[in-house]
Amino acid sequence: MRHVISLLLENEAGALSRVSGLFSARGYNIESLTVAPTEDPSLSRMTIVTSGSDDIIEQITKQLNKLIDVVKVVDISEAAHIERELMLVKVRATGKDREEMKRMAEIFRGRIIDVTDSSYVIELTGTQDKLNSFVGAIDRDLILETVRSGVCGVGRGDRVLKI
Amino acid sequence: MYLPLPPEGLLSFLGAAMVLTGAEIVIRCLQEEKVEYVFGYPGGAVLFLYDELSKQDKVRHVLVRHEQAAVHAADGYARSTDKVGVALVTSGPGVTNAVTGIATAYCDSIPMVIISGQVPTAAIGQDAFQEVDTVGITRPCVKHNFLVKDVRDIASTIKKAFFLAKTGRPGPVLVDIPKDVSAHKCEYEYPKSVTLRSYNPIVKGHQGQIRKALGLLLEAKRPMIYAGGGVILADAADKLTKLTRLLGFPVTNTLMGLGGYPATDRQNLGMLGMHGTVEANMAMHHSDVLLAIGARFDDRVIGNPAHFQSEPRKIIHVDIDPSSISKRVKVDVPIVGNLADVLDDMIKMLESSGDRPNPAQIAPWWKQIEEWRGRNSLSYKNSTEVIKPQFVVETLWKITNGDAFVTSDVGQHQMWAAQYYKFDKPRRWVNSGGLGTMGFGLPAAMGVQLAHPEKPVAVITGEGSIQMCIQELSTCKQYRLPIKVLSLNNRYLGMVRQWQQFFHGNRYSESYMDSLPDFAKLAEAYGHVGIRVEKPSDVEGAIREAFSRKNDLVFLDFQVDPTENVFPMVQGGKGLTEMILSSEDL
Repeated sequence: MRHVISLLLENEAGALSRVSGLFSARGYNIESLTVAPTEDPSLSRMTIVTSGSDDIIEQITKQLNKLIDVVKVVDISEAAHIERELMLVKVRATGKDREEMKRMAEIFRGRIIDVTDSSYVIELTGTQDKLNSFVGAIDRDLILETVRSGVCGVGRGDRVLKI
Repeated sequence: MYLPLPPEGLLSFLGAAMVLTGAEIVIRCLQEEKVEYVFGYPGGAVLFLYDELSKQDKVRHVLVRHEQAAVHAADGYARSTDKVGVALVTSGPGVTNAVTGIATAYCDSIPMVIISGQVPTAAIGQDAFQEVDTVGITRPCVKHNFLVKDVRDIASTIKKAFFLAKTGRPGPVLVDIPKDVSAHKCEYEYPKSVTLRSYNPIVKGHQGQIRKALGLLLEAKRPMIYAGGGVILADAADKLTKLTRLLGFPVTNTLMGLGGYPATDRQNLGMLGMHGTVEANMAMHHSDVLLAIGARFDDRVIGNPAHFQSEPRKIIHVDIDPSSISKRVKVDVPIVGNLADVLDDMIKMLESSGDRPNPAQIAPWWKQIEEWRGRNSLSYKNSTEVIKPQFVVETLWKITNGDAFVTSDVGQHQMWAAQYYKFDKPRRWVNSGGLGTMGFGLPAAMGVQLAHPEKPVAVITGEGSIQMCIQELSTCKQYRLPIKVLSLNNRYLGMVRQWQQFFHGNRYSESYMDSLPDFAKLAEAYGHVGIRVEKPSDVEGAIREAFSRKNDLVFLDFQVDPTENVFPMVQGGKGLTEMILSSEDL
């Protein structure tokens, strides 16, 4: 089962490697991992997308909690939550493809943020599924490169991850 | 003009902070933590620290011959006391040599602080001489580690290190200090307390869960108490003993838990696991309510978890570390907390309610256990021709009245020590259970002997293990440590040979030890007493002589039966009840 785990951790050198090292040492999956400081600069917030049986997810949260730099851990996918991911796609845009690419970006509510004679950079935000659909919908041969941020997540409504 | 500085005492009396170098601060911090001994080895990156060490006499330094031994000695010191062990090593190879020791302590949750030198901050990342990424290399085998980049952080970091090492589930904590930071100066004040917002170990167990656990225990028909190393670490042996006697239940200790409940008591079924007794393993498997205390159901204890879970039973698991609970075996009543507190709560609830298990209800269970016990699974055939290793350990136990501190290395001799030396008290048995580190025994015994200068300390080892840290015989001479080394010399890496005999068609690949030194002479070369013992009739006399030499390290080189195997044995991957009891079972 896919899970989205959010954590607050001390914004200290090496904190990220403690988390990633834990996953590799214990053989847990990481589908994506994003991290950046919060409004409180002493804290970073990390979102990890992982998968595993209930027992494994229980161990993952326990092991994360055990790390001294980790302040709080929540499996936000246990209840209603929102996920977003950012993708930048550089595509070849020449001839008739120029118009087609622009149309596809509009359909997916993307924005073209860089234009040259032969290429566009399209910015797209949404769930993983939406970004996957976009990549699937455009002509694969036209993709020059893609870069994705990994998933950021937050619980809906009153569910707040804060210290 | 010459202005004399006022003495430090006056300055602090006036409330003014002292300005000290990083190295001075480190030593002050160790003094504040009441550190008696630092085990270490000097080098370029720690020269300022060593300079300060030499200017005071509160913290005594023990110069080992290899950094691995420094950490093992600090480890032995910690295991045999309730204090934090401290080791000091230089950068680069000093740290990499220490890693085996650190991992050993980590696997057995031993409270320890390791201070390591690092190249100057400006050189970090430049592939400088004797530079390694210490924090990176040690990260997976420490409870936590720090790189101190600013002299103003030294005092608070060391305070945190000691706090982390000894609270919660204990473990080694490393503090890496670059050389320039140890030379920089700042105002010094040792923090009185420490709080970490991300670290709040639970002490008190959940009262509702404890009540629920007692309910299950009182109704059990086939109860069993399974106690691990956590009992020793939490200094909860007396409480475990009290509770076990109140309940009248059978109890087993793990390898790490020996001494947690008196071994010679009738309620104790002996050690369980891969080389556990028949009664302990059978009772563990067939119990209907299992109380696990400070133990972790590891592979050497329960064998195959699927086989273990094939028998229905209710499991109550008390542990300080939530991640140990339901990790390998699903638990019915988890209780997270300090073992001493939880056991205390259980005892108080039983005492105030007056509830006790009905002895008639568990009488058939005890009858069954006595039947298993009657199989006498630790019996062995003694010989008048060749020394049996079990006989050596039994004789040691007899001569020391079961009251010696015993350290061991890893292999067959370790299992025989665990099986035949009956530990009635906690912290008497010091061995590398989790990592299984050969070379641990002798340096660990140095820490034990320094912590208990008047007490008998024995190392049970083999000719394989002892050679992994034999250089420490030199340290023992320097500090006049009258350790007794009992080497069960069978000319084989015995446990490897045993597995090769059982599972690899008697092909003894590289497990034979050739070109062995004359250990008695080697001990003499280091300035100690060495005795080679070849006949069973000489065993007792040799051990008595060794212990009568109060001021000498005596190395007893026992030429033991090379074909002897450790029984009972549960093969890796098999179930706990599938025991091989003797060579005839093969």
